[in-house]
Amino acid sequence: MQLGFLVDLHLCMGCKGCEIACKVENEVPLSTWRLRVKYVDVGMFPETKRTFTPLRCNHCANAPCERICPVSALHYIENGIVNIDKERCIGCAGCVMACPYGAIYIDPETQTADKCTYCAHRVASSMMPACVVACPVEANIFGDLDDKTSNISKYIQAHQGDVQVRKPEKGTLPHHYYVGGGNVHLNPLASRRDEGYSLFNKLTSKMPVGGDH
Amino acid sequence: MVHETVAATNAVVTLDVGLPGVVWGWIITMNMWAKSIGTGVIFMLFYLLKKYPVEAAAYRFKVALISVIAIHVFLLFTVIDLHQMFRFWHIFFHPHFTSAITVGAWMATLFVGLLFLLLYASFIKKDTILFDKVLAWTVVLAIPVTLYTAGLMAQSTARELWQMPTEAAQMIFAATLSGSAVMILIGNRLSYEAKRDLGIILAFSALGAFILYMSELVFGPMKAEEVAAVLEFIKGNGEYATMFWVGQILAFVGPFILVVLALMNRSTSILNLASISALVGLWISKHVWLVIPQLLNMS
Repeated sequence: MQLGFLVDLHLCMGCKGCEIACKVENEVPLSTWRLRVKYVDVGMFPETKRTFTPLRCNHCANAPCERICPVSALHYIENGIVNIDKERCIGCAGCVMACPYGAIYIDPETQTADKCTYCAHRVASSMMPACVVACPVEANIFGDLDDKTSNISKYIQAHQGDVQVRKPEKGTLPHHYYVGGGNVHLNPLASRRDEGYSLFNKLTSKMPVGGDH
Repeated sequence: MVHETVAATNAVVTLDVGLPGVVWGWIITMNMWAKSIGTGVIFMLFYLLKKYPVEAAAYRFKVALISVIAIHVFLLFTVIDLHQMFRFWHIFFHPHFTSAITVGAWMATLFVGLLFLLLYASFIKKDTILFDKVLAWTVVLAIPVTLYTAGLMAQSTARELWQMPTEAAQMIFAATLSGSAVMILIGNRLSYEAKRDLGIILAFSALGAFILYMSELVFGPMKAEEVAAVLEFIKGNGEYATMFWVGQILAFVGPFILVVLALMNRSTSILNLASISALVGLWISKHVWLVIPQLLNMS
């Protein structure tokens, strides 16, 4: 079994329902996100368009975070999920340095690394991840990539040529796919960030020993 | 290049989370800097004992002590940077050997053991034969201990600026630069010829490191878009441009010129000045190179 995710960006309307569901389900602390929806505005008024991109851990087949973790706190489980054992994590932040998707953060409450686990605890109970359940337009498609009859496999087959992953050049082999994604959606260098125009720019959180670097 | 399309599309992020900030900061800089000294002085002692055995003999205990102190500073800063420092023992009881952190921690521990053996041989047993035998193994182990941080940086897939084998070469140059600088500063009893040799090592280390930094600065952006974006932080009016050039001048350009002047004038005081400049500048250079890739948004 190899679990994977696919987001159809044609369907996503940026409601952030997935983001909130994830926060609630996993008790994600303030100032941190396992899943977030990025808004990017494209064009000049009146020819403008807003794009929405849900971003979460890619559960890579060749995960740099798993490789760099000195204590196997980040590890694969048999269904392909890259899981995290927060009790074992020493908070070295090697995984934060290694993840090319910025998907891993240091939990300010536990002072350990954390990230999306595809709701491994729910999956173990044969439930869908919280974000999938919350999505009102079924833009989030989750399932077994090894099963040709699963919804995700059929979706990938039906949209061949329009299925992409983030940063394929990194060789991480993500198990998280996007349909209908463009450069603006998937490449952080394809948009600019004007300081002061984004929410949550001035966040403060509990700092580890050593204080603010 | 994607940035060419940004102006055309006017794509601007209008709602997202803030950047996570610098996760590996000055504590990790201290870690790398102290480790360079700790292994560098061992390399230099080995060289001096081979080339100038009589006058270098007095430095066996002193260098072992300096190395122990520097390596413990390195270990201290390694541990305090952990967000869960009291779980450090997990590295030894739940090791994951694909990680450069694990390999480095094990090798550094073994290295500390050998250093204490050097202290024992020089201070308690006063056995130079034992010391020199252990020193040979210590030098061998000092090489991977010096290099493992480069391996860690190479494993940081998200930070394209940190490339192998460039970082490996930089780590070796940092060790020989700081090792020779410290030996010059403590080498009151060394002859001019020995100090001259140390000065030449310092100058060539500085030159090598400077060439690598400049090569990356000029040619790095031609191969990788993320590298180009990161290097903008040290170019022109970049946030770290001033700090970068201060570091380059203090660590590499200044010491190289000062060593040349010192050799022309047979001046040990100029060598001392070059050494202090190199040690200060090395910290700054390492810090800039550590921080700038972390300023780039990964998503």
